[in-house]
Amino acid sequence: MTWYVLRRVLQMIPVFFGATLLVYFMVFFMPGDPIAALGGDKPLPEAAQARLREEFNLDKPFLVQYFLYLANIFQGDLGSTFRGQSISGQLADAFPITIRLAIIAIVFEAVLGIAAGVISGLRKGTWIDTTFLMLSLLVIAVPTFVLGFVAQFVLGVQLRVMPVNVGRDPSWENLLVPGMVLGAVSFAYVLRLTRTQVAEVAAQDHVRTATAKGLPRHRVVSAHVLRNSLIPVITYIGIDLGMLMGGAIVTESIFNIPGIGFHLWDAIRAGENTKVVTIVTLLVTVFVIANLIVDILYALLDPRIRYVSKS
Amino acid sequence: MTAGVGCRGRRGSDGGGSADAVVTLNNTEPQNPLVTTNSIEMGGINILVNLYSGLFSYDAEGAAQEEMAESVETEDSQHYTITIKDGWTFTNGDPVTAQSFVDAWNHGANGANGQVNSYFFESIEGYADVSAEDADPSATMSGLTVVDDLTFEVTLVSPQSDFPIRLGYIAYSPLPQAYFDDPEGFGQAPIGNGPYRLVEWNQNQNALLEVNPDYSGPRKPANGGLDFVVYQDPETAYNDMLSGGLDVIDTIPASARSSYQDELGDRAVSKPAATIAFFGIHMEDPDFTGEAGMLRRQAISRAIDRQTICDTIFHGTTSPSTDFISPAVAGHSESIPGNEVLQYDEAEAKRLWEEAEAIQPFQGPFTLSYNADGSHQEWVEAICNGLKNVLGIEAQGNSFPDFKSLREATTGRTITGAFRSSWVADYPSMYNFLGPLYSSAAAEGRGSNNWDYMNPEFDEMLQEGLSATSEEESLRIGQQAQELLLRDLPGIPLWFSSVSAGYADTVDNVEFNWGSQPIYYQITKQA
Repeated sequence: MTWYVLRRVLQMIPVFFGATLLVYFMVFFMPGDPIAALGGDKPLPEAAQARLREEFNLDKPFLVQYFLYLANIFQGDLGSTFRGQSISGQLADAFPITIRLAIIAIVFEAVLGIAAGVISGLRKGTWIDTTFLMLSLLVIAVPTFVLGFVAQFVLGVQLRVMPVNVGRDPSWENLLVPGMVLGAVSFAYVLRLTRTQVAEVAAQDHVRTATAKGLPRHRVVSAHVLRNSLIPVITYIGIDLGMLMGGAIVTESIFNIPGIGFHLWDAIRAGENTKVVTIVTLLVTVFVIANLIVDILYALLDPRIRYVSKS
Repeated sequence: MTAGVGCRGRRGSDGGGSADAVVTLNNTEPQNPLVTTNSIEMGGINILVNLYSGLFSYDAEGAAQEEMAESVETEDSQHYTITIKDGWTFTNGDPVTAQSFVDAWNHGANGANGQVNSYFFESIEGYADVSAEDADPSATMSGLTVVDDLTFEVTLVSPQSDFPIRLGYIAYSPLPQAYFDDPEGFGQAPIGNGPYRLVEWNQNQNALLEVNPDYSGPRKPANGGLDFVVYQDPETAYNDMLSGGLDVIDTIPASARSSYQDELGDRAVSKPAATIAFFGIHMEDPDFTGEAGMLRRQAISRAIDRQTICDTIFHGTTSPSTDFISPAVAGHSESIPGNEVLQYDEAEAKRLWEEAEAIQPFQGPFTLSYNADGSHQEWVEAICNGLKNVLGIEAQGNSFPDFKSLREATTGRTITGAFRSSWVADYPSMYNFLGPLYSSAAAEGRGSNNWDYMNPEFDEMLQEGLSATSEEESLRIGQQAQELLLRDLPGIPLWFSSVSAGYADTVDNVEFNWGSQPIYYQITKQA
């Protein structure tokens, strides 16, 4: 098990280099000249352009830029934005906010999604199942930004139970609604996934046996049905953590939350290569770690899966 | 953490404002460090105009009012003697002297410093010697001389009567010694001499300003401070204002353009802005050169139904141009001879086009390039459809993914056909529209004359207008010069926009100035 985890961690190294190189490559060949655009419709003086290009290594060829970037990273220097602010400082401020947002979304989708899915799956075909299915269809069909603006308008502008500008004070309490908006679509998927799995497992022989030998219903559901039907759901939620961090762009922009999504969007718009690469690399790392945790959870949920070192 | 939070939901109290209440305003994140010689976009400028007091500031109508200037004297519009008021200090206690101005201007102009506002100093004698990228960092402009603590002399390269008007622009502010000691640290925590001082700048969130008690100029704050809140989406800012979380909004989001006047009533603001939208066509573009090209430009201009586009696409937030400037600055006219070329006339458009065809057939198709990240598609398509219908030519929009790439293609002269552009005046002067866009000095990559319009006759008139001694005379010549532009149409004026803004019922005395900024200091807010 330890060996397995170690091997997986070592695998992250090529993933890190591959991701940075690929993203750097894509950002480098994005159309347009970010420096010339700094002045809007006004021309930027040649001297000012030259100073900025030199400062941000934009006057050098692709590979040189990339290696300078890597060299700086390994010295713990993530560089600074065009406006002279330290990127590491910005990310240190932004990451906790987005993580808070993602945790709310994950808890929301996991707890409510699984609960609703289990109820739906056990009572397949009843009115409550139909209601949940309709609800999930609706959530999947409505784009996140519509959901966000509706929530903002109703709860923020009309009822005034939450601030419109959550970025002012991104506390757990204020992030509740944005987190639910962010997790809404995943909630629907988790619900549907759980429902299908539970319905399938509940019809299997070992569940019938468990019921027949007189186990109380809650034991049957928790030990026999749930445990066997959760593996795909856990996989989905694990991968979703990475998705949520990236998907936060829309939600964070609607509620004006200065998180990772906002910084990523801002950096793409401004053409700040190093910032884009740094953020995307961090997101990739989160994604990979989340996957690793999911794989370890498999073993706990299903004793049949064993990680043994080949000797 | 921030003062604005406590103000939510309080309303209904009568009477005037409180001297302590902090007014919240929407803003975009500054794209450069907060340095006067190095800020070019509104996110930074909105903050800086409140932190600094230059020689002049602009009132609501764009007239210059004296800030630090005691007197600006000149006999020939070329040699100026500037005296500043005594007893002013920066917020760190350092006195503001003539040297503070001269140092700032020399720093801004010096190419080694690469400041984005350097071109504001190009009319000062000696600019050419210091503006190169490899200039000696300690080199200074020969046109600036400090006489004593309160007096300095400025010599320009040529007579320019609008030079004093320019001095209200942020780039001409004084800088304290603290800046030169640590430029980088200063850019994050600037020290000024204006009506407000910076309390904190939380990146991507807000910049909080409090009243500077030592300020003694004309912009005496009637409120307790300003809080510039960064919004990623104007939609959110508008909703926040409706809910009482934001006091003043300077941009109404596109989705609320048609409804904001009903929703806000007399708290909705609409006023011509010092901007103009137009599209340019390079003077050497094969289809648009010579006599045929001139006729073709005129035909196209006459085939554009500006009024309908302004009404239906912009919901009246823009108005058709009648000249090459905006009504927000002095000298705007609706009666310059030849301006009928900016009016929709199908028959005349057809006639002009056929005349051009007789000289040289059109290769086509007509393309109008725009950046897709700026909601231009609708009006571009409207214009192209109009050209198709009226002139019977093939016309289509050509979209660039973002502003960066459009800008690169225009400055690199790789673009063909027409391309959209717009101009926002830096200071309220007609010549700030005409010079940078159409003078030979700004052509061939030296400025914003991206269509390389070079007309000696026009240049001469600009020069004459700038050296005129009376403002009236100067404006009259500027209008005459525009007659040439109306004939040649290097750029085809479309419309000028109105600032669409609004404010919540928590604040009063909200007025917007010529430059579409609220007049910050006079806003009052109930506590």
